[in-house]
Amino acid sequence: METNAIYTLWLREMKRFLRSKSRIVGNLSMPFIWLAILGVGLNTSFAIPGIQSNYLEFMAPGIIVMSLLFTSIFSGVSVIWDKQFGFLKEILVAPVSRTSIVVGKILGSTTISLINALLVLAMALLLGALPVSSLTPISLAAALVIMALVSISFVSFGLAIASTMNNMEGFQMIMSFLVMPIFFLSGAFFPLDKVPDWMKVLTHLDPLMYGVDGLRGAFIGVSQFPVLFDIGILAAFSALMILVSSYLFSRMGG
Amino acid sequence: MNAIEMRGLTKKFNGFTAVDSISLDIREGEIFGLLGPNGAGKTTTISMLSTILAPTSGSAKVWGHDIVGEKDAVRKSIGIVFQDPSLDDELTGRENMDFHGRLYDIDGDTRGKRITELLKLVDLEKHADKQVKTYSGGMKRRLEIARGLMHKPKVLFLDEPTLGLDPQTRRKLWDYIKDFNRKEKVTIILTTHYMEEADFLCGRVAIVDQGKIIRLDTPEKLKELLGGDILSIEVSDPKKLSGLLKKASLARNVQIVGSAMNVIASNGSRTLPKIIELACKNGIEVNTAVMKRPSLEDVFIHYTGRGIREQEAEPKRSARMRMRPRGH
Repeated sequence: METNAIYTLWLREMKRFLRSKSRIVGNLSMPFIWLAILGVGLNTSFAIPGIQSNYLEFMAPGIIVMSLLFTSIFSGVSVIWDKQFGFLKEILVAPVSRTSIVVGKILGSTTISLINALLVLAMALLLGALPVSSLTPISLAAALVIMALVSISFVSFGLAIASTMNNMEGFQMIMSFLVMPIFFLSGAFFPLDKVPDWMKVLTHLDPLMYGVDGLRGAFIGVSQFPVLFDIGILAAFSALMILVSSYLFSRMGG
Repeated sequence: MNAIEMRGLTKKFNGFTAVDSISLDIREGEIFGLLGPNGAGKTTTISMLSTILAPTSGSAKVWGHDIVGEKDAVRKSIGIVFQDPSLDDELTGRENMDFHGRLYDIDGDTRGKRITELLKLVDLEKHADKQVKTYSGGMKRRLEIARGLMHKPKVLFLDEPTLGLDPQTRRKLWDYIKDFNRKEKVTIILTTHYMEEADFLCGRVAIVDQGKIIRLDTPEKLKELLGGDILSIEVSDPKKLSGLLKKASLARNVQIVGSAMNVIASNGSRTLPKIIELACKNGIEVNTAVMKRPSLEDVFIHYTGRGIREQEAEPKRSARMRMRPRGH
């Protein structure tokens, strides 16, 4: 493993991230609006049958996962900009293996997504969307693992998309037909145990569902599957996505 | 030793031959020019030599390393400045250099020293800590060249290094390039379609057209090949005068472009008055007459039958797009 090269790529991601204040604010504003307006609003008239928690507590883990999903995919897809602005060539012509480039990119983007997710978590605690009592060393550790795996999966997913596209034109399609369904089927907003069978099948195929489920299990103790099972599925999916993105990335140009 | 050896190097894209069996040796320490119009195959050649594109057939060695079998060794020996910018605009000049140094595994101390030294060499030390998006085109180019030298490459590729720069900046860049070649003892291969550039910088020049090397020599020899001076004459009846010149054997070669004609003649300053006299005697009106020393442009026209810039206007873009390394 070329640790220097991996660190170099990670460092670049961090520098770019810390430099763009608007990106940090932008990444936080969406979850804030969802929680503070939609969450608070729905909370007044909805209750989830069969569970103790109120709607806001039910939704908060979903919002954290939403933030992870979008920042991760965007970060992975940003390689398209590197392609268009030519910087990718500088990286590709260096004496560094394609695998190291992919690993560096995934680690950098995952770090950024995790920082974002932790900020959203803090926001949820401050807004009272999650009870402070939900935060224990064990729940936090489990949450970090789940968040990291969700992030690795979807950064790789974005990177795989970027490896096969030369410009952002097709990205809107991917957002509408892939990312939004993945998000809505994840159970971020509604419980999945009472949905029709056809939808149940789809939700079980949605890797993000295990992220939402695991996070909800960790924080409010409500989940369809044991948290460790969710982590297992996410770990397998991350590994698969890393392989797919590495393969597609190394096939690109020389 | 030869810095680069190409043997039958060929690249085809869907049946279109961009580089057609080029065999060429480039010597250690020289500044070598690949001169030709857009779409001639210059960038494709450089892309293959820098391991970005795999050749369809043939082989090449860069600093003794095979471009297919020893990609990593080749990448370590070369620096490259691409035709299109390849900087991270969000980072500063220094950070771009630092990123490069780290990727090439240069230790921290050496990196710091080298960055200061190179930024000074290209007069960017004052702007080192500004984001690259605030740089002008010329500054970006200089930064890229400095970056390309960061890891002390043996061979530096410059793909159209002064494309789109104003004449003053261009002139200054030429000086930098000559300086680098001497101080850093780096072999430089540059592609260009500016004749003056090849003439000023290169020890040897290969004229490339449609993927083939048409002529290879020093700029001086290439110009001498034309065998004389160029007389540009505008007359009322160029066809008639052309015939008369041939009969009187006053010219080695005559080309007619509209109402103007290019006449190649040995000892032009003596021949020109004779030509004018001949025209007057035969009732042909002479509007302008200029004598010039042949440039590489004239050499190019002579060997390809057309001007290098003329071609740019042609709708050859599609061919050029195909030749660019694309992400697939």
